[in-house]
Amino acid sequence: MNEERKGLKEKITNSDIWRSMFRHGYENTGRRYTLQVLQNVWLHLHPPRISRHALNFRFTWCMGGITFLMFLVTAVTGVLLMFYYRPTAEYAFHDVQYLEFDIPFGMLLRNMHRWAAHGMVISVMLHMFRVFLTGSYKKPREFNWAVGVILLLVTFFLSFTGYLLPWDQLAFWAVTVGTNMARATPVLGHEGPFAPQDITQSNDVRFALLAGTIVGPSTLLRFYILHCVAVPLLASVLMALHFWRVRKDGGISGPL
Amino acid sequence: MEHFIALVTKPDNVPIVAILFLIPYFIWLSYRQARQTDKTGVPSDAALNDKVYVWPYLCRNEFICAIIVMLVLGVWSIMIDAPLEEPSDPTKTPNPSKAPWYFLALQEMLVYFDPWIAGVVLPGLIIAGLIAIPYIDINPKGKGYYTIKERPFALAVFSFGFIVLWIVLMVVGTFLRGPGWNFFAPWEAWDPHLVVPLTNVNLSYLFGIREADTANFFGFVVVAGYFAIGPVFYLWKRKSSQFLQELGLVRYIVVSFLFLTMLALPIKMVLRVVLNVKYIWVSPWFNI
Repeated sequence: MNEERKGLKEKITNSDIWRSMFRHGYENTGRRYTLQVLQNVWLHLHPPRISRHALNFRFTWCMGGITFLMFLVTAVTGVLLMFYYRPTAEYAFHDVQYLEFDIPFGMLLRNMHRWAAHGMVISVMLHMFRVFLTGSYKKPREFNWAVGVILLLVTFFLSFTGYLLPWDQLAFWAVTVGTNMARATPVLGHEGPFAPQDITQSNDVRFALLAGTIVGPSTLLRFYILHCVAVPLLASVLMALHFWRVRKDGGISGPL
Repeated sequence: MEHFIALVTKPDNVPIVAILFLIPYFIWLSYRQARQTDKTGVPSDAALNDKVYVWPYLCRNEFICAIIVMLVLGVWSIMIDAPLEEPSDPTKTPNPSKAPWYFLALQEMLVYFDPWIAGVVLPGLIIAGLIAIPYIDINPKGKGYYTIKERPFALAVFSFGFIVLWIVLMVVGTFLRGPGWNFFAPWEAWDPHLVVPLTNVNLSYLFGIREADTANFFGFVVVAGYFAIGPVFYLWKRKSSQFLQELGLVRYIVVSFLFLTMLALPIKMVLRVVLNVKYIWVSPWFNI
């Protein structure tokens, strides 16, 4: 019986179909460990081997990884939320209500999306704090630190654009307050210092952000597109760059 | 007290409450490791060359970490519902109107500076300053390990900026600001009709200057004099300080400008709280 099973197993793992999907076996050798990383698209950004101290939770706090995980969670839950949400002033609020009260697990979905987004803001700030405390921005990682700072802004902007979408009082006024400062941009805002005569409230930088002179239906659409398409794309590109650079700059920093 | 409790237990403020515990924990964690390094020295090369396979060692860590985080997120999502208030109404302004919690340090700065500084120039300089850090910090030590002894200035500046000027202001903006953006201690009830007399005066007024042009000139001198501390210090110490010579003039200008700008915020806060100073420099075009 046992012999038979073994034979069957070998037959399957030696078949053309199996071999086309899995290029290596599962034996406990260094070669297999290396292939496991090199031949897996999800793992191949990792080097095959790293120094032992990079495994230390007390050193890394794992915050960069958690930030990425939170991004993935918001991406998955966000796509699911998009099935139930219409970014128009007539429907937006009621779609969120419908989601909360009528869609199976709709409330849980929305909670996970919102709390993962908040979690991402916390973890990205702590990640930056850790990278600073360990001096990991120093040569040769200067540029990657700059990419990281841009990613921090992108995270804030992702969270901020998403804040408007429920279209309730909290969303409306938080975004109103948050965008009001753009009025005062020097030169480009109509209430800012050195603004030329022809900069008015309907063509200044705040107007470009809001697509209007106050937060309104066109703002909702604009923030929706930014939140669901434009900024996530930008974030993905920058993250790819960020992770690739971590490896190219010599992996996670350590004492030399 | 009930307003404070309502704020602390508000679902959207959970991250702030979490930060109150996370930040001290991580400060303690990093401080302990830094003290260890400072006592025993930087780990030797032998430890560094100790390499392990990513699969299974790192992937296992990542997997465990992901499971724990997803567990926390799952419990958080089941226990606490995301807020949904009444439908948006442009004619009904809540008092206070607050930005999302991560922008409240910026909103808090609006108390002390005009919107063009607090909302545009200072955030811009924060970003530029953060990006500039690796290029102006020429200290090669302290790379890849926690230490205090080898880079005290860098650590002090960044920690002050991050913990005091970002986190603490965020917490103040979230928990201690009520109607009219007035300051309310946790035990005080929010009074929407509270009138705080605005007795703030400009700095020039405190010096007895009443005439607008003179006040403008006075303000210019004070602000220019403040930022001149940098160059003056450079000229004074240039010969004797080896560090300044290594840093170079361009880097020094950037460092001193960013550093003085950062310190301008707490200075203005103290001036406002202690002397009721409204503006340092009143000009026909802008006020600082």
